Amino acid sequence: MRKAFIATLEKLAEDNERVMLLTADVGYSVLESFAEKFPDRFYNVGVAEQNMVGIATGLAEAGFIPFVYSIATFVSLRAYEFIRNGPILHKYPVRIIGAGGGFEYGHAGITHHALEDIGVMRLQHGITVIAPADYKQASNALLGTWNLDGPVYYRIGKDDKLTVPGLNGRFELGHTQLLSKGDDLLFIAMGSIAIEVVRAAEILKGHDISCTVVIVASLEPSPIDDLIEVLSRFRLVFTVEAHYVKGGLGSLISEIVADNNINCKVKRCGVNTMPTGSSGSQAYYYKKYALSGEMLADIALRDFLHEGKEE
Amino acid sequence: MDSRSADISPEEIRRIILMQAKRAGVGHIGSALSIVDIIAVLYSNILRINDPNDPDRDRFILSKGHAAMAIYGVLFLKGWLTKKELNTYCADESLLGVHPEHTLRGIDFSTGSLGHGLSIGIGSALAAKKQKSSRRVFVLLSDAECNEGSIWEAIMFAAHHKISNLVAIIDLNGQQAFGYTKNVLNISPMAERWRVFGWDAHEVDGHNPHEITKTINGLDTDSYSFPHVIIAHTTFGKGVSYMENKIKWHYSSMSEEEYQLALKENEGLL
Repeated sequence: MRKAFIATLEKLAEDNERVMLLTADVGYSVLESFAEKFPDRFYNVGVAEQNMVGIATGLAEAGFIPFVYSIATFVSLRAYEFIRNGPILHKYPVRIIGAGGGFEYGHAGITHHALEDIGVMRLQHGITVIAPADYKQASNALLGTWNLDGPVYYRIGKDDKLTVPGLNGRFELGHTQLLSKGDDLLFIAMGSIAIEVVRAAEILKGHDISCTVVIVASLEPSPIDDLIEVLSRFRLVFTVEAHYVKGGLGSLISEIVADNNINCKVKRCGVNTMPTGSSGSQAYYYKKYALSGEMLADIALRDFLHEGKEE
Repeated sequence: MDSRSADISPEEIRRIILMQAKRAGVGHIGSALSIVDIIAVLYSNILRINDPNDPDRDRFILSKGHAAMAIYGVLFLKGWLTKKELNTYCADESLLGVHPEHTLRGIDFSTGSLGHGLSIGIGSALAAKKQKSSRRVFVLLSDAECNEGSIWEAIMFAAHHKISNLVAIIDLNGQQAFGYTKNVLNISPMAERWRVFGWDAHEVDGHNPHEITKTINGLDTDSYSFPHVIIAHTTFGKGVSYMENKIKWHYSSMSEEEYQLALKENEGLL
């Protein structure tokens, strides 16, 4: 996702001199091409996320569209107050790129796992929050949002090869993307973990359970109308995200269900403890938190049968 | 109105600070009085602002946002703020809070959380260079604000990139909320610290308009050389003898008796 996103940014920068790229010394092997093509519009500010966001705020006031880049945890959390009192408060077009959502930095450990970036950004009023599911969607999400008036946060995954089947790179601000249609169960997914959800749906198909799978890449503005429509058709929804269960997609769906009096049970699949004490690959963490396709299918099957008994 | 042709009287700013602080019953008086002479010089002789909405004007960032009362006084004296607006200071639904907001005409950036303004100033100054504009950016910081790590991130960046159209001014009054800076977190020698980080550092008497003007006018802000810092030695609470160098006046508000005494001192009656 990172390479596709930056490649698209390069194309935008060719036609738009307002586009700048700042990094806090992150993006080795990803940002070099931009830096070579636009040396006057690229800055490695050093390991200093707060300063990077502050500089971007000053640049944006003068008419530039600065993209600031770092690992998702660093840029969203270390620089959080600068984001709030800078581009959000002033309504400036600063673009914050958080690289590596959820457990994408696997072995790097908890300091590198972005498990609350979407939550903290969603808390703020006036920032667009985007979490694409694959590199094609990331590219289109950038094309659809790069010149918005206010600030944008992009949670950009590391995988540049995988694509989510059926998504075909679709993105529309304030809307969901439907991956598959089924009558029995509803899955709503955010980010690159969507591919696990697709796998879960395939497994469930083998049990004669047909699933509707929906992607939410536009967290803010949230696709309220689309979600109300789909949630109203199901008794049970599974939200799936590589994020703490508090604050992210699961919270968004719960809010929509509660605010609109929708008769649908919400099962939030995500990270429910702080993952310390052991580290491993993304696959390891997905298993640990029951977020792999196989485990999601198991949980869904169990809950689906249980729901059936209740009726 | 051309700012360079209109002299702003420091006594007038002090009077406004005292009146508004008394009317609103709020503190931060000492911090505002500390920067009055600097602000008066900036808005009389230095800042090139024909219109506060002109995109090519010089920028001014009050990074020590808690001294906004002094700026409101200047905005009023410049004619950018009406008397009616000024008199809403700290009232409900006012645009004039304790800390300044950019939605108010004449305020370039919202501040209030210390350690933010210098980074914004860098972006602003860098943008001017990129746009081939001769506009400059002035950032007024408090000495204790330099406790913030983000200030040192900004200091390093500005020096590395030779952002010479950036002028930081330190209000070195030696005080912070809980005590004297030398006791809370010693940051002396201030000028030396900035100098070794690559800045062109100058020390001035922050209450001497001639010295401040001469020093700033002597800075090379056009070529890619050094960013500049003016260490302004100031007296906290300047102009009101019972407030000068007293920690209490960081937060305290004035009694009627104290208020009358302060006004008389400011008018040279005592």
